[in-house]
Amino acid sequence: MTILGVPTQALFGQLLIGLINGAFYALLSLGLSVIFGLLNIINFTHGAQYMMGAFVAYFLLQWAGLGYWWALLIAPVVVGITGIVLERTMLKRLYQLDHLYGLLLTFGFALIIQGLFRHEYGSSGLPYSMPRELAGGQNLGFMFLPNYRAWVIVFSLAVCLTTWYVIERTRLGSYLRAATENPALVQAFGINVPRMITLTYGFGVGLAALAGVLAAPIYQVNPLMGADLIIVVFAVVVIGGLGSIMGSIVTGFALGVVEGFTKVFYPEASNTVIFVIMALVLLVRPSGLFGRAS
Amino acid sequence: MTIARIVALIGVLALASSPARAQISDGVVKIGVLNDQSSLYADLAGQGSVVAARMAVEDYGAAAKGLKVEIVFADHQNKADVGSQLARQWYDAEKVDLILDVPNSGVALAVNQITRDKGKAFIVSSAASSDLTGKACSPNTIHWTYDTWALANGTGNAVVKTGGDTWFFMTADYAFGHALERDVEAVVLKNGGKVLGKVRHPLNTQDFSSFLLQAQASKAKIIGLANAGGDTTNAIKQGAEFGIVKGGQKFAGLLVFLTDVHALGLEKAQGLTFTETFYWDLNEKTRAFAKRFAERNRGIHPTMIHAGVYAGTLHYLKAVEALKSDEGAKVIAKMKELPTDDPLFGKGTIRVDGRKIHPAYLVEVKKPAESKYPWDYYKIQATIPAEQAFRPLDQGGCELVKK
Repeated sequence: MTILGVPTQALFGQLLIGLINGAFYALLSLGLSVIFGLLNIINFTHGAQYMMGAFVAYFLLQWAGLGYWWALLIAPVVVGITGIVLERTMLKRLYQLDHLYGLLLTFGFALIIQGLFRHEYGSSGLPYSMPRELAGGQNLGFMFLPNYRAWVIVFSLAVCLTTWYVIERTRLGSYLRAATENPALVQAFGINVPRMITLTYGFGVGLAALAGVLAAPIYQVNPLMGADLIIVVFAVVVIGGLGSIMGSIVTGFALGVVEGFTKVFYPEASNTVIFVIMALVLLVRPSGLFGRAS
Repeated sequence: MTIARIVALIGVLALASSPARAQISDGVVKIGVLNDQSSLYADLAGQGSVVAARMAVEDYGAAAKGLKVEIVFADHQNKADVGSQLARQWYDAEKVDLILDVPNSGVALAVNQITRDKGKAFIVSSAASSDLTGKACSPNTIHWTYDTWALANGTGNAVVKTGGDTWFFMTADYAFGHALERDVEAVVLKNGGKVLGKVRHPLNTQDFSSFLLQAQASKAKIIGLANAGGDTTNAIKQGAEFGIVKGGQKFAGLLVFLTDVHALGLEKAQGLTFTETFYWDLNEKTRAFAKRFAERNRGIHPTMIHAGVYAGTLHYLKAVEALKSDEGAKVIAKMKELPTDDPLFGKGTIRVDGRKIHPAYLVEVKKPAESKYPWDYYKIQATIPAEQAFRPLDQGGCELVKK
């Protein structure tokens, strides 16, 4: 059986591949959404922080002999701390200003960080091996599924859903959401709002670094890996609706699938299809698929 | 206006418009290295090409010979419009006499035309499209290092003759990828092979898994990578993940550079077979060059691109000195007339269509255990003699070739 000349079996494979790539989009756009939702900052450094996550994994292996599993734990914390420093020293001065200022600051930082890494490590990237436990793969009949890709999809789905649950369904999450609506009132209840915001930014940045560690064994550890991805991820966030947690997760996975199918039917357009969708969505629903109209 | 003044004016005009007599324009030979300084081709060309050009100027002893040479560089970001604009600005406003390198065939073809219009000189090292000495050939351009025909001829032949007779192409979707795919396909078909499928991916693609699945489904014995730089390394790395080689298929990296092998690591790159026209570890002279080059280029050893920039600059300066002029088309003509001789490519010639002729090498990447010292990556499997390495003069469709 075929659909438009492509065997259905092959399409199942592409569906799965799309979901895997969508997992990266979801993880990154989730971090962006959390940061935007709670800090009102459009965090353009996100791509650079994703790249830093991958580099920290590489450094841990080279300098400390710590492998992938340690990196998964340590890299988000390390990069998250650099994010906290950035928030404390600079970003917090911008909350009262227009979004544009935050965007410019973070964009400038992204360029500086990427430039420094590129100067030091070149643009071809550095090798990072697959963890031994996840090497190899399964033959599913319709495709060969590398174990590592299966791990990526399961792990990122778990992280995404946990984050959603914490923010939308727990007491801590309700503080966070309340603090965005009315920080003065929440502060009056004895909650340290500035600290909460700082930690939230650190967490969002940590998510980016986590995605970077997940990506390291698949792609080269490359100073430009974030720059290539961040624009797509922003399109995902815009389509899903800025600030919507569930929206960014669902859109991330869905667009991964759309992009995957484009690679089968018209590969030349695979790097533009997401932007076409973004334009269409903005025409019909300017606040995004899951966003609340303001 | 008196007659005398009119005569004087005509005299001045005549002097001004008389063909430039043998001289260096504005007293300086200005060389512009135009390439990718920041993206996927920045390691294989990038700053390394600037270093190579500087070394050539120093080694030639330009200053001692009373030749004032200045080198500038810029990043074309792999965009033909950016590259064209930079080239025009250099030629028109900044008095650049020669543009060097220019990776990305799309950009190089644009600069090729601009150079011709402005009557300047262009020496190509990075760009691969064989059209530069074929239907787009120009009296102002020399294609130094390699081209898609040479890669197809070297790698394509070797692969088909060792049993790789069914192919699936993964092609970078721009001028270079198309030219490479076309030239390799011709070699495959000529040797009785078959092409089972092809996919065109955007330049600078991160994830190849979807294309790898299509390649697997095609059941082709050989997956031909008609791409370069980061695209090639990502495809090979992810191919290992998807068990391409374990499943009995093989990659043919149609254009692989030393820096790509370095980035992949020997574990993943071992066994790849491809064509190069220069390897740093060929002989004493190349090793001496590589040592000096690496010291000035963050330890990165020279690719064939860097070698081509060095040798091309050296030969260009020779021609300028012989002519005592830096006028574009004349220098290029002189370069074609003079035999070439440099420490990296040895003795060679430049054909009327602009093609530099030298031997090519079929290399295989060593296993990790075979590599004895840093950057010890290749085994030379075969040397393709200069007269067989490039497309025969009469088959390119170049208008400069007399029928």
